[in-house]
Amino acid sequence: MAADSVSGVCHPYIRHRFLLHAAMLSTLKQRVGEVLLPGDEFCCDGDDTISLTEPVRPEKLLCGPGLRRSGDRLLVCKSGILRHKQPNVFWMDCQQRRYVPAKGETVIGIVTVKSGDVFKVDFGGSEQASLSYLAFEGATKRNRPNVQVGDLVFAQFIVANKDMEPELACIGSSGRANGMGVFGGGGLLFRVSLGLIRRLLSPHSEVRSDLEQLFPCELVVGMNGRLWVRSSSVHQTLVIANLLQSCETMTPLQRRELFMRVKQGAL
Amino acid sequence: MKDTPLSNCERDFLLRAIQEKKRLDGRQTYDYRKIKITFGTDYGCCFVDLGKTRVMAQVSCELVAPKENRPNEGIMFFNIELSPMASPAFEQGRQSELSVKLNRQLERCLRNSKCIDTESLCVVSGEKVWQIRVDVHLLNHDGNLMDAASIAAISALCHFRRPDVSIQGDEVTVYSQEERDPIPLSIYHMPISVSFSFFQQGTYLLVDPCEREERVMDGLLMIAMNKHREICSIQSSGGIMLLKDQVMRCSKIASVKVSEITELIGKALENDKKARKAGGRCGFAESIPLERITALKMEETPMEMMDVTERANDIVQKAEVPPQMVPSQVVPVPGVGQVGQGLQNTWGLEEEEEEGEEEENESEGSDNSAEEQEGKVSQMEEGKYEKEQLKAGDVVEISDSEEEEVVILHPETRDQAPKNTESSLRQKGAASIKKRQ
Repeated sequence: MAADSVSGVCHPYIRHRFLLHAAMLSTLKQRVGEVLLPGDEFCCDGDDTISLTEPVRPEKLLCGPGLRRSGDRLLVCKSGILRHKQPNVFWMDCQQRRYVPAKGETVIGIVTVKSGDVFKVDFGGSEQASLSYLAFEGATKRNRPNVQVGDLVFAQFIVANKDMEPELACIGSSGRANGMGVFGGGGLLFRVSLGLIRRLLSPHSEVRSDLEQLFPCELVVGMNGRLWVRSSSVHQTLVIANLLQSCETMTPLQRRELFMRVKQGAL
Repeated sequence: MKDTPLSNCERDFLLRAIQEKKRLDGRQTYDYRKIKITFGTDYGCCFVDLGKTRVMAQVSCELVAPKENRPNEGIMFFNIELSPMASPAFEQGRQSELSVKLNRQLERCLRNSKCIDTESLCVVSGEKVWQIRVDVHLLNHDGNLMDAASIAAISALCHFRRPDVSIQGDEVTVYSQEERDPIPLSIYHMPISVSFSFFQQGTYLLVDPCEREERVMDGLLMIAMNKHREICSIQSSGGIMLLKDQVMRCSKIASVKVSEITELIGKALENDKKARKAGGRCGFAESIPLERITALKMEETPMEMMDVTERANDIVQKAEVPPQMVPSQVVPVPGVGQVGQGLQNTWGLEEEEEEGEEEENESEGSDNSAEEQEGKVSQMEEGKYEKEQLKAGDVVEISDSEEEEVVILHPETRDQAPKNTESSLRQKGAASIKKRQ
């Protein structure tokens, strides 16, 4: 399978969409980058000054994870930093290690059970997801994929809500793999926090660009907090794995210093 | 909840890395992870961190009836709890195989090696003995639980103090911690267990396996030893075949590790003893690094300090020569002579001089400046008022008695009287300052 699976934009899934006052949008924009706690709210006061001359255009606001609408107020329900993406998307950037499945997210799973037509895959959630053997590129009833118990798969969620068992597929909507599927041999799997995953997947990730200058390696990023690394030697793979695990708690300056030292051959 | 399964890719990688003599966190083959030992506020509470594995041991004691076949000996009871917070594989309440195995190993290591003098735990032979109970809780599982548990248990036992007991005839008195200092247990030696994991049918050996390494290992050898190179217990699990020279090599490595760990425990106990003696705060809460957003700060009150020195010099120059030290004329109760009053106030009589003294004090402690200024002002007022009143009598009497007659032991000059009033006023003033603070 194609190793380069660092896919593009980290997209917060949309929860609510509602019309609101322009004043609220500006208050939200003011507080972007601040640390907010659950219980903070943005309310749309009725007696906010409304300019009589300008036309009042209600603007649409997209709330991402961590923000919830309640009546005409916007409540914060997770502690973290408020982030904004043009034109009108807001979400809370929270730090956690436990993964909650969401539709469309790609994850690294471990196959635990192979029974009949369906594989059971563990992705680190409260239950195991099911993966049909037909959900692979080029798979037919006669031509089954070569998947054993204990293999790693890179798949995306097609069903992920709190009422049903999660379902995975290694195939896109068009029928093509797009980099998903079973992993080859070698490489090391390890766990990091979800925040670091999002940092690695963001479009112009500094961590990724720093890493690119070190050793040539293959890196698969699963949004359930799992990373898979493969490099030319065991030593280099271990170095990269340890570097990424320590990136979680370092400031950018410290990280660059550490990477510089490693490049010069300290390890 | 089931634990995360081990993928084939991880297993292959780990075995390959071990073949190349590499470990996941960069350690060498015989290296231990960083061990950190801290003690709690109670005697007998100990936390041990072995890398990310975290274990807590608590020792407690109780007076019970002894066992029938050993009426002179105290009872030791060990218990290891696998808390569900340590790993998703541990379930509350269920006695898993691992829990039985760890309990058995700890008992063999500590009880059968007779590291504690149980006869010293006897209070009344056949009736009352001390039962020492060691509870070990696993807080985080990252491999090598047995070693961490044994270090925690023996450190907690060394740290523990039991209440003092005295026997007078038939009466047995157990003193509480406030009445008499509790006494430590008598420990002969400190057995510590060292774990070795084997891979590829005994070809490769690792000391102190972490959780990943434990998952792929073939077998485990546990050797419990003390620093005198006496083996207290050996256990081999996993069913691998070990050669004699392999076991001998392991025991040599174990003796080196055990002496290092025993030194570490000794140092930790020393530090704790010093901290307790110095009265400093010790315990679990203190050993966690403090992460404060804001610290409680008091603003310094601004003070007018511009011409303090000139005023002070002024006052000193204008003051009279301080009187000689004479016993005071102040009679607390009529008929009672005053024996001694301690050091006399050599500053003099006037309030200005006292004011000067107060100001000098103020320049040192700015927190109390506001209060002292207040106190000083009221004191000055008091002083003036009293001074007018005092012009009448020679002798000052600080009593509510209505007797007219006063016996004067030593005829004094008139100057003494206001001075003594001032000193008493100063004491009163100081008391009021203290109250306000």
